[in-house]
Amino acid sequence: MNAVIAYRVAVVAGAIALLEVLCLTGVIDKITMQAPHLIARDLFRLLASGQMNGAIVKTLTNTVIALVMALTIGVVAGALIHRWRGLRDTLDPLFATYYAVPVFAFYPFFIVVFGLGDLPQILIAFMLGVVAMIVNTLNGLDRVPTVLLKTARILRLSPVQTAMRLTLPAAAPYILTGVKLAVAYAFIGIIGSEFILSRGGIGYEISFAYTNFDNAVMYPLIVLILIASIAINSVLGRWERTLLTRRGMR
Amino acid sequence: MTAQVALHHVGKTFPATRSSKALHALGPLDLELVPGEFFAVVGPSGCGKSTLLEIIAGLAPATEGSVAFEGKPIAGEAPDGIGVVFQEDASLPWLNVEDNVAFGLRRSALSQSERDTRVRDVLRLVGLSDFARSYPSQLSGGMRQRVCIARTLVMQPRLILLDEPFGALDQQTRLLMGDELLRMWRETGATIFLITHALDEATMLADRIAVMSARPGRLIDVVKTHWPRERDSRIVERPEFGAITARLWKSLREESLKTIGRSLSTPAAES
Repeated sequence: MNAVIAYRVAVVAGAIALLEVLCLTGVIDKITMQAPHLIARDLFRLLASGQMNGAIVKTLTNTVIALVMALTIGVVAGALIHRWRGLRDTLDPLFATYYAVPVFAFYPFFIVVFGLGDLPQILIAFMLGVVAMIVNTLNGLDRVPTVLLKTARILRLSPVQTAMRLTLPAAAPYILTGVKLAVAYAFIGIIGSEFILSRGGIGYEISFAYTNFDNAVMYPLIVLILIASIAINSVLGRWERTLLTRRGMR
Repeated sequence: MTAQVALHHVGKTFPATRSSKALHALGPLDLELVPGEFFAVVGPSGCGKSTLLEIIAGLAPATEGSVAFEGKPIAGEAPDGIGVVFQEDASLPWLNVEDNVAFGLRRSALSQSERDTRVRDVLRLVGLSDFARSYPSQLSGGMRQRVCIARTLVMQPRLILLDEPFGALDQQTRLLMGDELLRMWRETGATIFLITHALDEATMLADRIAVMSARPGRLIDVVKTHWPRERDSRIVERPEFGAITARLWKSLREESLKTIGRSLSTPAAES
């Protein structure tokens, strides 16, 4: 286990070291990319100056809003769809092909309808995440053992109590898979649409820096996004591990 | 004494679907359970034993006849005062043993301290006091089944239905669980309705044993054991034990053969 972690760190460190060497020796020229140690320095300066605080707050707030919407609406919709067989049969093929649709194609339309504010971005991020939540909630509910449903009836739980206390907790490991996807999708949705057209946010700042050849801003911000998504993913991964260990599923 | 459970001409037919013909699974069948007795049902596999249990539990409605619990008809909804232990593991893996057992008490009007006392008492009764904080995944199959029994007992049911609760356990564990079940039965005073495929288990545990026929399941024999209320698994040493088990097998052998013979001879008959 420790050896695996050591190898993983070695791979990342090796890649960074390689970039460092390539940049310092001039194989990669300065206009293309700065050396990693300079990126780290610029990131530190950028964060210390506070000039990006507004963009960071905006992106994170919108991501969280879209995520919370996707999670709650996804789980509730999943639980409801699971109860109605006919609805399920109708929607299943749509869910299966949903991710073949490039959701970003709707972005111009949302801007036309809702204006160039936060709402179109939040909608894109929500649309990307919500179906992952629904599909994984359905998948989890499908796997709840029949005997637990019988237990709920013997204990005379109402449908809402059965969902809240029994079937959704039983489906939690699968729902968590949906959460991990929804987090990734929320980030992609928000930052991606900021990139395409917006008036602020980290995605906008990266795009702005890019058009101005401002490597001292662009690369640090890309690294910032990487760090944020890795951090969130490892927190969720830890949570998933405790959940599965407790259930003897790993 | 009035019957606690009364079944009159109860039958169950599963309606035809696109892929299968209508299936007459059970009955007609008459059965009365006396309060406080230990009643066991044996029968060939597929004879409708579990269907019978689900009808009494209110999990599935009978398609003919009437079912009453304590004088009130059961109509497709689980009545208050009945507890069920299933063959499958029904412990909740995300809750520790204590919370598993307290699961059904959440809705009751008891105070927190009363609930805690009840849970503690029941855990002692099933011998899981030392595992109150453990999670089901850390327990053996027998212990998990005891968690389910405790979750049922904590509701203080007047009738406990058990659907092959020890079916997945090894023989020694089953005998010991049988001892514990007898002890719980005496201490709680509840009526027990046990479905089992093990004839010796039925003989060892029950006051009365019903033998069911092959499908559609009917009661073809009801055997009284006349055991004293104070008893345990050592009752297997008694000469009557062998006699009763033999009588059960005599009634059951032909029915079991029918079940097996039917499925074996069908392809030959068609060709």
